[in-house]
Parts: sequence; C-alpha cells; structure tokens
Amino acid sequence: MNAYPSKEEMMQALKERHGTELQTCFSAGVVAICGLGGLGSNIALSLARAGVGKLILIDFDKVDVSNLHRQQYKACQVGMYKTEALRENLGEIAPYVQIAVYTERITKENAKQLLSEADIICEAFDAAEEKGMLVNYVLEKMPEKYIIAASGMAGLGPADQIRTRKITDHFYLCGDGVSDVKDGIGLVASRVMLCAAHQAHMALRILACEEFQ
Amino acid sequence: MVKVNGKEMDISGVTVSEYLAGTEYEPARIAVEKNGDIVVKSSYDETVLQDGDVVEIVSFVGGG
Repeated sequence: MNAYPSKEEMMQALKERHGTELQTCFSAGVVAICGLGGLGSNIALSLARAGVGKLILIDFDKVDVSNLHRQQYKACQVGMYKTEALRENLGEIAPYVQIAVYTERITKENAKQLLSEADIICEAFDAAEEKGMLVNYVLEKMPEKYIIAASGMAGLGPADQIRTRKITDHFYLCGDGVSDVKDGIGLVASRVMLCAAHQAHMALRILACEEFQ
Repeated sequence: MVKVNGKEMDISGVTVSEYLAGTEYEPARIAVEKNGDIVVKSSYDETVLQDGDVVEIVSFVGGG
C-alpha cells in the first residue's frame, strides 16, 4: 500500500481547491452526526473530504449485511460498531480529520453532553419520533447550534424532489418531506445519498464565511 | 386569519395544542415554527395563535 500523503500535503491540496479563506472556515468547523446509517455515513464522507476540522460520530448500532446497499461500510465490516467502522473508513480517506466517536443511543439525558462541542448538528436517524425528539431538543435547549434534519428520502421518486428548506435561522430541513420508509420499496442508495449530500452541503454553507453563501 | 403551511385558516385565539388535536399530526413526529421561531413542546398548551401569525408544522417521516 502507498504511504499516506502528509498532513501538510493534504491541507495544501484542500487550500488549492477551496481557497485558503474558505478552507480555514471548513477546518475550524465541528459537526456532529447523529445516526450513522445511509444519511450519516454519507454526510461524514462528504464533510471529511471537504476537510471539516472535527466530526463527532454517534450511533449505538453495528453494521449489518442489510445496511450495505446504501451505507458507506464494507462487507468485511459486518458486525463492527458503525462508529468504529466509519472511523476506520474515514481514516483511510481523510486521515487528518479529527474524529470523536460515541457508541451510544442519543437521548434527552445525554444529548447536551454529546453535542456540546458541535457548531452544527446533523440529524440522521431512521425513526420519525427520534428525528422529532432531537430537532425539538436542540432548538429548545441548544438554540445557539444549527440543526440540519432530514425527512423524506425513501423510494425511487424523482431526484429533484429532494431539496433543502430553511425553517428558522438555525433549522434546515432536507428531503422531499413525504416519502416514508414504511411505504413502498424502502431506501435506495442513490436517493439517500442525495439527501445526505443536501445535509452535508448545507453544513458547508453554514461553515463558509458569509461572502461564499 | 393564521397561515399554516401556506394555507389561511380561521383559527386565531386557538392554542397550538387545540389546533393540533383537530389534525392528524402525531406530536412526537413534528416541530412547530411560528413567525420564524420554534415553538417549544412544553408551550404548545399556552401558545395562542394570533391573527397574522405564520406557522409551519414540520412533520417527520421515517428513513435515514
């Protein structure tokens, strides 16, 4: 295997791509990703590639063979905790991004502690009730944070129905708003990745200094 | 009139809780925004909708 490029080489490449000023904004950012399934694993990859400074990865679950059709894990990682598997994969792609992992379920009791360091929180859960819990919790108890949530990305509906909407100054919602995983064929990689890309892109837009928005 | 998700409704004087009770929204799966701010869950009972309010009810569906 080839040796990894040095930290300086990778940072130089990011600065050449994004410009020094924008990369400085990305590198200073801390983003928490709540849930590491189809949304969360894809959000993490985009943000790590963009050189976001620190990612906080939170999930209690293990990689299952049924996840591989849409989540950024490898067949050889079935049975590993998603936190550990994703840390491994991100480490191969963007070895100098800081990663913190919490292998536990996010609840109203531990959310404040797990999320305190984050500037931006990406809601990437599966269950509608969990989405509702986290979004309401963050908006109520941590109003200084940004939350980027997702609702509606199941099925084979048109790609361009996935969109990002600003609900309040600190709350953005991605998805088509209606395609429930319980209806129809469930989730497919391409449409979940679209929604994850919307979330990751919104996070980068928030981190970017104002003149880039 | 109160605008809810883009639709004018004759519900001024009604609380958020009272309005939701007459709909199919499941309280655990929603967030309520009014005039640019979130309405916290614990205040649904006291928050009275006023003439001219613009409300958005965000309803979450499963999948991720």
